[in-house]
Amino acid sequence: MSDESHGTLPEYDAGSYVGGDRPPGAAPDVEEHSLRREVGGYITGFALAILLTIASFWVSGTNFIYGPALAVALLVLAVAQMGIHLVFFLHITTDPDNTNNVMALAFGVLIVCLIVFGSIWVMTHMNQNMMPIPMDKLLQMQP
Amino acid sequence: MSTQVLRAPPDPYHLGHHPAAPGAPPQATGHGAGGPAPKRIVVGYGFWIFLLSDVIIFASFFAAYSVLFKRTAGGPTAQQLFDLHNTAIQTAFLLTSTFTCGLASIAVGQRSQKWTQIALLCTGLLGAGFLALEVREFAGFVARGAGPSRSAFLSSFFTLVGCHGAHVTAGMLWLGTMMAQFYAKGFRTDIRHRFLCFTLFWHALDIIWVAIFSLVYLVGSLPPEFLP
Repeated sequence: MSDESHGTLPEYDAGSYVGGDRPPGAAPDVEEHSLRREVGGYITGFALAILLTIASFWVSGTNFIYGPALAVALLVLAVAQMGIHLVFFLHITTDPDNTNNVMALAFGVLIVCLIVFGSIWVMTHMNQNMMPIPMDKLLQMQP
Repeated sequence: MSTQVLRAPPDPYHLGHHPAAPGAPPQATGHGAGGPAPKRIVVGYGFWIFLLSDVIIFASFFAAYSVLFKRTAGGPTAQQLFDLHNTAIQTAFLLTSTFTCGLASIAVGQRSQKWTQIALLCTGLLGAGFLALEVREFAGFVARGAGPSRSAFLSSFFTLVGCHGAHVTAGMLWLGTMMAQFYAKGFRTDIRHRFLCFTLFWHALDIIWVAIFSLVYLVGSLPPEFLP
């Protein structure tokens, strides 16, 4: 009886993934209370995202944080908020069905870091090693 | 007995999804028992791969912007141009629209035509408000002589933020077609798969906006002596 579910795969509902440990597209564990849990998951994520957004705007307008560290603080807040979005809105979780999504995300993050930090690194060195030569020096260098 | 005959032999190369036996715990990925993952998982995975490639495009624009940030060619700097009140309102619009988009996916799961259309309409209106503010901001920059051709900084700024705005515009068109399809054809399986991809797209756009408002607008508005 319950064995029949093996032969024909049930088609799952769009968006009926619970805010718990389920990937996009997985069936909810329990039909009861699933609506409340789903809405609760989105509200939790929304509240956390609002908090982090307000923190970002507030921190940049005050001298609560040591000035030269502000850029790094904003970067940390942004990464934290991206994590909130990934977990609560995109449902990237530890579910076995989600392993492929997590692996792809890890590879994407690697490439993004290579592109951004690699570009900054290379271009900083280029700027240091190829300082523009002042015009009077340039004239002296001519034979 | 009959179910034993009818069931296909387990494919050891497919990712495990269903329990190996009735009542058994679900197999972890790679254990191979129970056949392929459901189509929705596969659709979501494929679209996730596309989104990550899109994120890499944005990463390239971010890299160009961060390299060219100080190359203002004597023109206006980020600190002189950016209006953080505008950015805050844009952020509120897009964040709320991603929330209503999540509510729409719950409404689709509940098969509620009314709430699906209401939540998607809110998403679209908030997205339109976001776009209107962005267009107004860009027009103001151009009017002040700070168009994309003014300096390398402004070229990279308009490319990065404009690319996000173009994605939001495309997302609005997609959102309109999804509303029409739900209205005309109901909650069909293939349409729900499309809608899953749309929600992933819209949420990913908000993630990119988080990076833009933090690293472009907020960091750009810091006093120059605070910047690395």
